[in-house]
This record gives sequence, structure tokens and C-alpha cells, in this order.
Amino acid sequence: MSTPTASATNSRLDAKCPSGPLAERWDKHRFELKLINPANKRKFHVLVVGTGLAGASAASTLADLGYQVSAFCIQDSARRAHSIAAQGGINAAKNYQNDGDSVRRLFYDTIKGGDFRARESNVYRLAQVSGNIIDQCTALGVPFAREYGGLLANRSFGGAQVSRTFYARGQTGQQLLLGAYSALMRQVGSGRVKMFPRHEMLDLVLVEGVARGIVTRDLVSGEIESFAGDAVLLCTGGYGNVFYLSTNAQNCNVTAAWRAHLRGAYFANPCFTQIHPTCIPVSGDHQSKLTLMSESLRNDGRVWVPKAQGDQRPPGQIPEAERDYYLERRYPSFGNLAPRDIASRAAKERCDAGFGVGAGGRAVFLDFGDAIQRDGVEAIRARYGNLFEMYERITAEDPYQQPMRISPAVHYTMGGLWVDYNLESTVPGLFVLGEANFSDHGANRLGASALMQGLADGYFIIPYTLGGHLAGRKLPKVDSSRAEFREAVEAARERTRRWLSIRGKRSVRSFHRELGLTMWDHCGMARTRDGLLAGLAKVTALKDEFHRDLCVQGTSEGLNQSLEHAGRVADFFELGELMIRDALQREESCGGHFREEHQTKDGEARRDDANFCYVAAWERDSAGTGWQMHREALNFENVQLATRSYA
Amino acid sequence: MHLTLHIWRQQNATSAGGFETYRVDDVLPEMSFLEMLDVLNERLTREGREPVAFDHDCREGICGMCSLVINGAPHGPDRATTTCQLHMRRFHDGETIYIEPFRATAFPVLKDLVVDRSAFDRILAAGGFITARTGSPPDANSVPVPKVDADLAMDAAACIGCGACVAACKNAAAMLFVGAKVSHLALLPQGKPERRRRALQMVQQMDAEGFGGCTNERECEAACPKGISVANIARLNREYLWASLADPE
Repeated sequence: MSTPTASATNSRLDAKCPSGPLAERWDKHRFELKLINPANKRKFHVLVVGTGLAGASAASTLADLGYQVSAFCIQDSARRAHSIAAQGGINAAKNYQNDGDSVRRLFYDTIKGGDFRARESNVYRLAQVSGNIIDQCTALGVPFAREYGGLLANRSFGGAQVSRTFYARGQTGQQLLLGAYSALMRQVGSGRVKMFPRHEMLDLVLVEGVARGIVTRDLVSGEIESFAGDAVLLCTGGYGNVFYLSTNAQNCNVTAAWRAHLRGAYFANPCFTQIHPTCIPVSGDHQSKLTLMSESLRNDGRVWVPKAQGDQRPPGQIPEAERDYYLERRYPSFGNLAPRDIASRAAKERCDAGFGVGAGGRAVFLDFGDAIQRDGVEAIRARYGNLFEMYERITAEDPYQQPMRISPAVHYTMGGLWVDYNLESTVPGLFVLGEANFSDHGANRLGASALMQGLADGYFIIPYTLGGHLAGRKLPKVDSSRAEFREAVEAARERTRRWLSIRGKRSVRSFHRELGLTMWDHCGMARTRDGLLAGLAKVTALKDEFHRDLCVQGTSEGLNQSLEHAGRVADFFELGELMIRDALQREESCGGHFREEHQTKDGEARRDDANFCYVAAWERDSAGTGWQMHREALNFENVQLATRSYA
Repeated sequence: MHLTLHIWRQQNATSAGGFETYRVDDVLPEMSFLEMLDVLNERLTREGREPVAFDHDCREGICGMCSLVINGAPHGPDRATTTCQLHMRRFHDGETIYIEPFRATAFPVLKDLVVDRSAFDRILAAGGFITARTGSPPDANSVPVPKVDADLAMDAAACIGCGACVAACKNAAAMLFVGAKVSHLALLPQGKPERRRRALQMVQQMDAEGFGGCTNERECEAACPKGISVANIARLNREYLWASLADPE
């Protein structure tokens, strides 16, 4: 197969994108993929790790097709995966609003939003299946918001000038996940999916170079065991918790993906992380997580800071003429709906210049005063009531009466395991879906596109591409009594015992907090060569201290949350190092990756397409001490590479 | 703030448990309840003692993983608030707080404050879904749903499956949880074809799991962090009665 959109410096980096007109590629590819007859599907056993939008939709759909599926999650129920916390909405090119949307426009907005660092073929396919997702979710009983006539409602999200976002109040992720979870539970009830809650994946097992199993720890009994299958799907989410403070759930971690990386899966663009502009500010050192205030609020909320530096007056006493609506000023055509990376940096710029508000001057105002005056309190309550309540509960301030104070926080990771057009990693038989992979969002994800991608991967892409692997390769029967499985289980036991045997003085949480702070300071919203090098030295030193002075109480038998946390933080240290190395090599600014050395005189990101229009895919070297970087060139045949402007 | 905590400690599902008393200092009003427990656990770790196990994940009130009975109330004293969203400004300096796991036969304790709520999964697997093969549904706008129905369905669908309703009920009934799911799906046209079977099978599984019956105390509604209304229990009863009386499918 020709690969017009991906030339590689390494034969293993064949993106396998189909050739031909963009709009026909997925159709052509589906026709070329091998099929498995219905009677044979039940002979294949698929291991699905993670039950968020990607995992639950994949597991339920594959089981419905006839495959045997085992699904694993670390929570006590599949319904609790962190997709549940997504608030604002899901994009789809339905054009129900008749406002100029199309598959091509969603494709273009996503490519541009990602600052031209994603594959055209993948993103176009995502836009193509987006409409099917809404149909599927509606059929599963997702109670999307509706107009009085009974038809579906939409709102707008950042980086788009059309209203293509479908939503269920401020709980869209919850409702989409409960839809996918209900489909999954239907398969569990019928015996076609075996569900393993409170199980954490600790390793990937390869047999003859192909992913054939996983090692897990039963978080209740502490037992470490292995499972064999014919394919492994990682749907384990992103790695934002490397920063300690993020909008991620406490248990989100990189371990499954990292263990796969150490077994040969390349890790792509690890430095592409998303800082969300509208989160509730940090209140102190005790803080364990940051809470997002949905981007949808920027449909009606106006972002501003005082025009005078250090103005400490309450917002109600600052007259209109003394307010700087800096997003509207800098980006008049998108205004408050500028994309996340741009809105976050603009907030940081104002705060760094001394115009910030709140404790330490690190926040800006998100003001609903005009919207309440225009539409009334009840209209605003209907749109955002649960978000306003959440804000008041955390801050003890009433956003109906005074503007919210918000500040940027780590939210999403565009980087992840490298996958080809089939969502297959560089390890044959290992597929990676949803936030865990690197595809589709480039260097910055647009709002309401994560839900779209997770469900696209699970409902509409993997069911086709998995067949290519299962029908196209000879897969000898394997079971977990083979040496490869026994060795991986023993290695996982050994690693688990190691954390208990250090018997040092510092808790896991204290190491995690310090690592996170270091990553935020050195590899956060703005990066410099010197800062990254200093950060690298700090992370390495702290990692050594972790292995010398960690203190974990309890035993490896039974439930031990500190022990779980220790293994995850150990992997975050290694990932942190790789993120910094990736940020160092990318001598340009693009999307969420902002190198201060590479900016325009207006402070906007300056891309370098001549030298950096590629995906950086990192291979762990065989000694396990460093990495080798491979490049997948990104070729744009259907869009013009342009300076991203929202002005 | 300084607090005295009486916390239920239990090594595993088979061992006996009991309260242990801890004093915590340096508690700030801005902390969430779980961050206060983090402070305690950090200290216990430093002192060579095993930290208190408790379930938690999103810490923003949506995943349903956190639990705890705080001074006798599931999710603590605030209305419509999960434990992770409860803040220490709700308590006063010098206060004594009792912290226990959710108590119900169908929710066995696994360790300390962690309970097994997999009974809820089994109830949903018995019928809490709409059968819709991926790829087969019609265009989403081909079936209009009156806004009032969609809104009522959304009210019920907001359930986070935390189990506070069970913990609050003297009968350990799961009627609010089951009623919310039956209502959510029965209110939508997409859920109508399976509504009889759904009501019968979910109730059958609920009984098999050892949940008690409803005696209209409404403690579940009062404890629900998402404000799910007992009107959903009434709707469940109607659905169940109708399904029981109807001709078998």
C-alpha cells in the first residue's frame, strides 16, 4: 500500500494511510481490510484495558460483533472512568443548524486547531464518522439537550465559528459514558464480555513480537496474574497527572501505556500537553486536584482583567471602561471562544504582566453579568446551573452575583502511544484508542473533540481495523502458562515488592507533588531551553531520591492504595524525562507547546514547518537508559499550511 | 482547625472492624474532606502506620467513586454534595467527626472505608440498557423527543451510582438507583421497546442482590448528591406493575 501522507525514517513508522482523494480513503481502506466470518469471530479473544469512552465503546461493539472480550478497569465499576467528567459537549458535523458546517469544515477546524501537527487522513476520517456517533448515542438513550420541537440542540465551542457541539447539560461526558457503559453491561449480562474491575495493567506480554497478553494486579486481593488474548486494546487515557495537579481524576496514570512503551511501542509527541484556560484557581499546598469550568461557559461568559496593574478592587466596583476584555481585543473574530492554548497563554501573559486578580494575581475574571442581563438568570441557570453550583461549592462565591475567578490548568494530553491509520502501535497486535494514542489532535485539541475521538475510535474504527490484524496474521494459540507470561508476572511482582522494600522516609504523594511542580515550572505553559535542561536535572535527581527514600506502608497482599500510587509515580518520572527531551528537540512553538525562543513580536506561537513538520516518535533503547527518536513526516495535500490566526 | 476523627478501620472483608481515633491539626477551611484525609494519611505514612483506605477518583462530584458516612450521613451534612465536594469550612475548630463506610448487606466492606458496590453493575447488566447495535441507528433527529421528556430523562440520568441512597435507607433499598435508570430509559422513545422486560429484570436482580424494600421514608432522596427525586421510585413502581400485569411478551 502506498503511503502518501507519511514517509518515515524507520520502516516501522509506516502510518498505512490509504492513498487517493481524502473523502474516499476510509471507504477504500475498509474495503481493503480483511473480514472475519461471523462464526470465526468467537474464536478470537480481545483484551480491552480501560473502560472510558474508547474502551467501553470498543468492548461493547466488538462483543456485539461476536468476539470474546475481556475488559479491565482500575475503578470499582466501568462507569467511573474519567471520561465521565467531561462537561461541555461533543462535536459532530451534522450541520443541523444550517450554519455552514460540513465534514470538510470540521476536518479543517481540527487540523488548524491542532496547529498543523496531525495526520490529514486520520482527522478527515474522524470528521466523517462524527455524525454516526450522535446517532448511536441517541439510540442508546443519551439524553442530549433538545429544542422545544424535540430536535437536538447545539452550542459553540472554541476554535469554531459554527454551532456543532451536542451536549447534555454540563455532564456530556457522563451521559456519553453511561451510554457506552450500558452497552457494555448488556454484553456482560449476555456473557460476551467478562469484566474485571479493580484490576490494574502492569505489563504487556509479547509472544514472537506480537502483543498477546497483559499482566494485571487485582487491587483488592493484590494477586498478580496474566491474561492471554489475540489482540490488546489500550484505552487507558492520558498522562496529565504527571503534573500532579490537573483536571484528571486521582487514579489517572500512564502505567499501562508506559509499560507498553518499554515493550516496544513508540511514544509520540509527549510534550504536546493541553492547558485549559478556565479552571478554579489553586487555593493552597493541600490541593489534590484542579476543577475545570467547562469551555462552554465562554459561550456566554466574557473574560477580562482590570486595565490597571494590581487593581485589587472587587470586580463589581471596576467600571466598564477600566476593564480589559483581552480575548475580544486580541482575537476579535473568535473573541472569548479562542482555542484553549491561545486563551491560556493570553491569561498567562496578562498575569505575568501584573494584571491578574485573586490570590497571587494568577487568575482572571470570567464574567456572566452581560449574559444574565441579556437572557435572565433562569436562562443562564438552565445552561450552566451545575457548573455554577460546583464553583460555589469549592470557592464559596456566587457566580450569579460576581464573576468567576479562573486560571489555566493541565487538562489533556495530545501526545501518546504512536499508532498508524489502523490505530495499531509499533507493537503488532497492540492497538491504542482515545486519549492514550497521539493521533488526531496535533499540538492542541479543540474543545468537545476528545469525546468525539474516543467514541469514533471505539464504535467506528477499531471494529474494522482489528479484523485486519486478526485475519491478516498467523496467530498461534498461546496461553498464560508460556514462559513469556511467567517472566512478565514475576517481573511485575518484583517491581511491586521493590516499592515496599525501600523503607525510606518520604511518601509517594510528596514525591508526586514535587515532580508535578517541577514539570509545571519547567515543561508547562511556556518552555525555554535553559528551563528544560534545569528541569531535566531536577527530575533525574528526584527520581534517584524516589528510588532511595520512598516510604510505602502495608503489604503487597490486599488493598494498598499507596502501593498502587508508587508504581504509577515511578512511571511518571520516566515519562517526565521523555516529555522534557521531546520539548527540547522541538525548536518551534506550536499549539500547546510554546517555546519562548520561538514567538512573534505579538507573543504568538511561531511554527517552523521547514524543520518540524513531523511527529516525533520515541523508541526506548534496548539498554533501557535512553531513547531514539524517529520522525514521521506530516504531508499536507488538502490544506494549506498557514499561520494559525484567530484574530 | 483541629479535629478529632473516629474512623472505621477494617483490614479486609473477613476481619472484624472497629473505630480508631485520630487527631488532625493544620486543617484549612478551603480543603475538601478528602484532602483532609490526605493530610491524615501523609502523617500516618510518616509515622510508620498504614494509611486509611477510601475510594475516590474524580474529586469533582461526578464519578461516584467516593462514599463515606460522615457523622451518620452518607456524603456528609451538605445537601446535594458528594464527599469529595464537601469542604472543611462546613466544620468548626475542635469538632469531632465519625467516619464510616456505607453500610448495607449488598455492599460488603473490602477494607477500612472501601465497600464493594458491584451489585449495582449486576443490576444494570440485567436490563439497564437499550439494545442498539453499533452502526444500525437512524439519524438522531429522525425521532423527535419532547423537551420536557428529555429534561426529565436527564434529571434521572444524572445518577452517579454512588450508593448513598442505599446507605441512607434503613432497609438498604436500591429503589432510587433502579428507579432513576428505569425512568431515564422509559421516558425516551428509544427506550420504550424494552421497558417491560427492563423493569422486571432489574427489580428481580435488585432483590437477588439482597437490597431491601422501599417503605417511603425518602431518606434516599435527602442523601442523594445529585438530587434524584423519589418521583422516580413512583415511576419504577408504575413500570413494574404495568409490566407485571401485561401479557407476557
